[in-house]
Amino acid sequence: MPVPAISLENVSKAYAPDKPPAVRDVSLELMPGEVLALVGGSGSGKTTTLKMINRLIEPTAGTIRVQGEDVTAIDPVLLRRSIGYAFQGVGLFPHLTVGANVAITPQLLGWSAERISQRIDELLTLVDLPPETYRDRLPRELSGGQQQRVGFARALAAEPRAILMDEPFGALDPITRDTVQTEFRQLQQSLAVSVVIVTHDMTEAVLLADRIAVMHEGELRQLGTPRELLRQPADDYVAQLIETPRRHSDFIESLMKNSASGGSQ
Amino acid sequence: MSPRLQLLFEQLPNLLGGHLSLAVPAIAVGVLISVPLGILCVKSAAVRGPVMTVISLVQTVPSIALLAIMVAVLGGTIGYRPAFIALLVYSILPIVRNTIVGLDSVDPAMREAARAVGMRPLQQLVKVELPLAFPVILAGIRTATVWVVGIATLSTPVGAPSLGNYIFSGLQLRDWQRVLFGCIATMSLSLVLDQLIALIETSLQRRRLALVWSATAALGVLLIIGLSPQFLSRTERGFSGLVTTQALKEKTPARETTVQPLTGQTVTIGAKGFTEQLILTELLAAEIEKAGGQAKQLGNMGSTIVFDALAKNTVDVSVDYTGTLWSTVFKEPEPLNRAAMLAAVTGRLFSEYGIVALGSLGFENTYAMVVKAEQAEARGFSTIADITPLADRLRIGGDPEFFGRPEWERVRSLYGLSAIEQVGMDSTFMYQAVADGQVDLAAGFSTDGRIDAYGLSVLEDSREAFPPYDALLLLSPKAAAKRELVAILRPLVNRISAAAMRAANRSVDEEGDTPGEAAEALRQLAFPRHADKAAAVTPVVSR
Ligand SMILES: Nc1ncnc2c1ncn2[C@@H]1O[C@H](COP(=O)(O)OP(=O)(O)OP(=O)(O)O)[C@@H](O)[C@H]1O
Ligand SMILES: [Mg+2]
Repeated sequence: MPVPAISLENVSKAYAPDKPPAVRDVSLELMPGEVLALVGGSGSGKTTTLKMINRLIEPTAGTIRVQGEDVTAIDPVLLRRSIGYAFQGVGLFPHLTVGANVAITPQLLGWSAERISQRIDELLTLVDLPPETYRDRLPRELSGGQQQRVGFARALAAEPRAILMDEPFGALDPITRDTVQTEFRQLQQSLAVSVVIVTHDMTEAVLLADRIAVMHEGELRQLGTPRELLRQPADDYVAQLIETPRRHSDFIESLMKNSASGGSQ
Repeated sequence: MSPRLQLLFEQLPNLLGGHLSLAVPAIAVGVLISVPLGILCVKSAAVRGPVMTVISLVQTVPSIALLAIMVAVLGGTIGYRPAFIALLVYSILPIVRNTIVGLDSVDPAMREAARAVGMRPLQQLVKVELPLAFPVILAGIRTATVWVVGIATLSTPVGAPSLGNYIFSGLQLRDWQRVLFGCIATMSLSLVLDQLIALIETSLQRRRLALVWSATAALGVLLIIGLSPQFLSRTERGFSGLVTTQALKEKTPARETTVQPLTGQTVTIGAKGFTEQLILTELLAAEIEKAGGQAKQLGNMGSTIVFDALAKNTVDVSVDYTGTLWSTVFKEPEPLNRAAMLAAVTGRLFSEYGIVALGSLGFENTYAMVVKAEQAEARGFSTIADITPLADRLRIGGDPEFFGRPEWERVRSLYGLSAIEQVGMDSTFMYQAVADGQVDLAAGFSTDGRIDAYGLSVLEDSREAFPPYDALLLLSPKAAAKRELVAILRPLVNRISAAAMRAANRSVDEEGDTPGEAAEALRQLAFPRHADKAAAVTPVVSR
């Protein structure tokens, strides 16, 4: 069995000793090349879990490993340079051009200017932003969807071991979102990069992820493929959550039927 | 262009250079100190509180006082250093404050993003936080620039030349063109610097790097000009901002083949900021230069600053008054009679400070209660005692310093004038105020030319409330050891009558002569034999 890209063993995080922990006793594994979705309501501990992986937040209990290595044994700065991160919101630096934003981590890693320049062009082409047009623009000169793609490019820039994404599509309109999601999936498959993606949208999770981890009130309620979650939901909360995409599509289908029959009268 | 205006422009390179050499380095060093200090405040709450308290407190000290304090802190050193330090202090607050505000207002999400891409703390600061705070910090630097350029005009009284020389000497000479010229020059400089900085900001925003570099280069050039030693030494001549006899002399071909006892020596003359002092400075400078020396004039300085500088040998020669020294230096509350005070002051100057008083110049510049001559006649005022019965209906004008002096206390109690209404005003305006009837009398100065010019008369001080104020020619301990210098200056002792001094003051204050011209006239009165010779070689100055 291959070494997991990322693994969490009984990880907990309490922001304050007197408050209930934001994350409680979570264990999960991300296999190489896999996309894992963290799904759950607002405040369920998704972002906290994600940030513990690259030590933006330190857990209060448990062990986290990246490619089998305990992260507490790694300099957090070097750890972060080896893991791509895309932000809730966009998180591009407004004073830097698109190219400079993408170049940050490679620069920190001391890549040669030539290699960085090549990498920028390669990645911008990959995310469908022709470098000649976009490389020297400032983030504010891009649309929301374009900024989001630059965000990916930046997360991918330093050939990371894994990518962490926190609601990357939250701010997009449905159509742009659909396009960017599709592109993301293609990109991920072609690069075979391991991804943890946080979302509170179950439909998005079903579309993008190989496996889904459902979180509720800081606890991991169930971890499985979309199919497993549908067939054998662990509890009512999971059942309700996993039902939503189907309920939505059923509802839309019935609307279509009604309007079709209404039109014939 | 009128010759007067031309004269103002001729002084511009020196004074502008002096101003730049103070303001630009003060701002530059201010930035170098304040930005790191601001960063430190943001990173450490323990530093922030005390730093902000101290800076804000210092900022409330009035600027002219801060300059004077710096002179005291530096142990009486005058000139560039105290002025520079005071300006530096003033530049710090706005830059530190804006650095803090700018860094505080960086979106925490940006800080986290910087961490998440793998920046170390210093990299976060340099690559993310400072660039994002940059516009706010720059706004602070612009504020500091405008402040410092403005306040630099106040460095004239501590002996550092600046565009303020135009303003101070203009106020003194009641030459509004000169004052206006100084103000406009200062405002223009401040505007140019501010706009250059603004240009850096806007062109950075628009990413027009060529423009950024040109603006930065322009500022750099100004900094270099300000720092260049050539400029510093050039500004050392004509310090008072007035035409010097040397300027006239330079136009005459060197003819002296006779003895030049002061060749190669520089003598620094310190002067307070009123007309008489400026004229006497020119007179002394002329004597020194006639003997082949270099005269460096430090004009428009604060009164005690000149004295401290003399004691410290920073200034070689100055003229001060017995009564002033008696009360401000020796802190004696009760005056003596004229001869006794002259002796006592001379003795104590030497024993306590090593300062040598060569003697009185021959006149006294004491306080004088002046009233309109026609009113004095109509109401029969001849001595101060005559106004006592009317005290509660009279208004007296005087400079604010006067009303705080022990002399005024004595006058009030000796003549029973406690009910009189005091109106503080600059001494420049008080004679006019009496003439116009805005005040009934004023505490003027007995040698002031405006007493005659405005048709005022002096009330006799029959009870000797005012101490005697003989004008003493003083030499610093070091200067007093120079025999040639003593020999050259001693002939001035007892040569100038009060009437001659008054006439000289009047020619500057009322007739628009330059102090240099008035000094020349005074010299001709003092040394009639010299005068023939001098007249033959002094070029006629067109006015
Ligand atoms: N820095 C913090 N200090 C204290 N409590 C925190 C902090 N960050 C998060 N929390 C709390 O921890 C819990 C989990 O927060 P988290 O951000 O992980 O939720 P989330 O699942 O990402 O929610 P959302 O979908 O709204 O982003 C919440 O109750 C939140 O209030
Ligand atoms: Mg979140």
